Amino acid sequence: MALVTFTKKGIYCRQGDFYIDPWLPVDYAVITHGHGDHVRFGNKHYLCHTLTGPIIRQRISTDLQVETQDYGKTVTRNGVKISFFPAGHIIGSAQVRLEYQGEIWVISGDYKTEYDGISTPFEPVRCHAFVSESTFGLPVYKWQKQDVIFNQVKSWIADNRQRDKTSVLIAYSLGKAQRLIKNLAGDMPIYVHNSIANLNEALEQAGVHLPETIRITADTRKEELKSGIVIVPSAMRNSRWLKNLSGPVTGICSGWMQVRAHRRWQSADAGFALSDHADWPGLLEAIKATGAEKIYVTHGFTATFSRFLNENGFDAKEVITRYGDDEAEIKLDTPEKTTNQELTN
Amino acid sequence: MKRFAKLIQQLELSNKTNDKIEALVHYFNFTDDKDKVWVIALFTGKKPRRPVKAALLRQWVKELTQLPDWLFTESYHNVGDLSETIALLLPPAEQLSDHPLHQWIESLHELEGKDDEQKKQFILHAWNSLEPQERFIFNKLISGNFRIGVSNKMLVNALAKQSNTDSSQIMHSIMGKWDPYQITFQELIQGVHVNTDNSWPYPFCLAYALDTEPEKLGAPDEWQAEWKWDGIRGQIVKRAGELFIWSRGEELVTEQFPELWFLQDMLPDGTVLDGEILAAKNRQVLPFSVLQQRLNRKKISKKQLEEAPIGFFVYDLLEYQGQDYRSQPLSERRKKAEELLSALDDDSPVNLSPIISCSSWGELAALRETSRSVNSEGVMLKKRDSLYHSGRKRGDWWKWKINPYTVDTVMIYAQKGSGRRANFFTDYTFAVRDGENLITIAKAYSGLTDQEIREVNTFVTKNSLEKFGPVRTVRPELVFEIAFEGIAASKRHKAGIALRFPRILRWRKDKNVSEINTLTDLQQLLQSTLEQPGDETN
Repeated sequence: MALVTFTKKGIYCRQGDFYIDPWLPVDYAVITHGHGDHVRFGNKHYLCHTLTGPIIRQRISTDLQVETQDYGKTVTRNGVKISFFPAGHIIGSAQVRLEYQGEIWVISGDYKTEYDGISTPFEPVRCHAFVSESTFGLPVYKWQKQDVIFNQVKSWIADNRQRDKTSVLIAYSLGKAQRLIKNLAGDMPIYVHNSIANLNEALEQAGVHLPETIRITADTRKEELKSGIVIVPSAMRNSRWLKNLSGPVTGICSGWMQVRAHRRWQSADAGFALSDHADWPGLLEAIKATGAEKIYVTHGFTATFSRFLNENGFDAKEVITRYGDDEAEIKLDTPEKTTNQELTN
Repeated sequence: MKRFAKLIQQLELSNKTNDKIEALVHYFNFTDDKDKVWVIALFTGKKPRRPVKAALLRQWVKELTQLPDWLFTESYHNVGDLSETIALLLPPAEQLSDHPLHQWIESLHELEGKDDEQKKQFILHAWNSLEPQERFIFNKLISGNFRIGVSNKMLVNALAKQSNTDSSQIMHSIMGKWDPYQITFQELIQGVHVNTDNSWPYPFCLAYALDTEPEKLGAPDEWQAEWKWDGIRGQIVKRAGELFIWSRGEELVTEQFPELWFLQDMLPDGTVLDGEILAAKNRQVLPFSVLQQRLNRKKISKKQLEEAPIGFFVYDLLEYQGQDYRSQPLSERRKKAEELLSALDDDSPVNLSPIISCSSWGELAALRETSRSVNSEGVMLKKRDSLYHSGRKRGDWWKWKINPYTVDTVMIYAQKGSGRRANFFTDYTFAVRDGENLITIAKAYSGLTDQEIREVNTFVTKNSLEKFGPVRTVRPELVFEIAFEGIAASKRHKAGIALRFPRILRWRKDKNVSEINTLTDLQQLLQSTLEQPGDETN
């Protein structure tokens, strides 16, 4: 019997009787990070990294039974040693390492190998079996260094300012927003949407230091926003509020923006290929570093990526999960109300 | 090249015409004259000859990246564009350099005649000195396909604005025959070449579709009504003893239509006719499917000449005795055209496209219903006092087409689109019922709103039965009404039938798969179109 199996409810460890990032309610859930497709409502007990605790409480409910642990520390359940290692995806994101009678599994959750300036950098962990995401598991997805991308963003903002426009960046409230704040802070005030401001507060209370931002309220003046940088989640991108700003221009930060067709499908004015997931070389490098004999490929280009691994000396298998793609809302789920007209104008 | 790469980026980011024109003007203000000429050439479809085959590029990329062929293909399907796929797959450049656009084009030109190894060296070196966006452009220079949403008109407007020149003069100039290797930007703007070159055609005057009741156009006697023919719009130019036949796509097609060569002797110098190239016998227009046998052929057999004879139905006279006649009213142009062509025999393949005489809109509406019986697709309405405009202009000319044929079908395959729609299932294959089975009848990739595309996309993702590369077989459930302009027998299609211009008219959410049309329905339609006008009484 393998230490880990893939079941209808999620990734399951029978020996320890717990699930990792289950999509249906279970008694004991080990959580990799705070994005909605990895941590869901309804589990009796949550075990996660120290910084993911306040995120879960803020995003799901304060009324949860959450147990937290630092990177590298061990929790034991029925002989199975559970420990967290940095995944570099967002603040508090962790790979879950399981060890039982010498057999070691690592479940990656989501990860990226480049240091983003705010999440604890990714750390490869030696194991026998590695469960890897594959969101960008295609060789056309190779990121440029984040400095290069941020320089593009900054010059876009400067250009907008010169043309008397308001710069609006669309970003996931958890993760991407904080990364932008951290890397763009300095020259101009940063205005953030409520959902981002709330998360920032929760993180600050947990001891994360974030640059200063200003919460957007009903009283915030349009002129004020024009002299700063505005960051809002994607739900706001077609909102009346945004359209009524003074000359709004929108920029999307997502790995999918690497490809022209995806950029053009957007109604946004600019796309920046800034991702919180590993790119193709990142995935390969991470997998190699684990030394694992067995690779399980989850959410993303599962078929392509596992075939490539198999052709290159790994023993890889596709696994169907219900994890989404936190950068894909930008790709597919534009709000229902968007009409053809709005997309083509 | 960096400047050009930036221009392309700006053009792609905006959907607003004014932004694009602004970007073009800005570019033309600050760029090397030689580069400007090439940008005009590329955007108007003057491709440099492809110096390196796509297959070779693909092979070199695979060598450089050590990627297997199937993975290259998967990548291509995700990206939707070969030049871009290559640009993204290549390893990062090691020594960046910046050469102007025309220099790259000239260097590529010099590759002609060199062996593959020399070509490879040059291309690999270039890739290694360009940033990803520039590499994409460079690859596009090799393939020559610059389709980035800049119409000729937009380009001309930008050039007119930037150079303070009349836009029709520029349109004229860039539509003529010129060689980007020879001409200077100033010469091109001033149209120096147009006077010395006899072949140049005029920009076609185009009509908008009539979107109101014809009654709203005023009195019927202010309008000239003609059949709207379904052939190849063309211009016949006779100057200085030479004859040129231009198609609407601004291509010279003189060689393809020997039936019309006699005009070289018959037409006086300084004559330009606008009309329709059609398959026609005894001045009766034949179905488009007959004309098709004659298109894009290098050699024409005797049999083809007999079975698919060509005619030219004249609509208009644009130049007469060397004078630009376009600012004369239509009634005057028509009169002169009648004079000019009066010498033609009754059985000549060239004739004036007849005017439909009618005394009321109601009468015309009734005649329009009979369009299909003369192989016409409706009626054209032209104001009698209208000038011959360059391009599309609202108000003076209208096309009043009859409704297309329609057929209810079910979707059976879906494929991801390309370009803007890569990553969405946007290309669909449709089937009708053939006894117990479904048989493919048409492929279409337009006609749905972005919202509907998303819905279909979700359906396809959830209802895929099989996967062949980028194609998914889907559960036959979604019913679509397909509109089409014509129907022809075809040996290449399994159904034995080919539809012309099929497109999705609407998604019939109210129908289920048991209600779709049958192959027999379509076979009957085909038979009815093959009967010649007048045959009905037999």
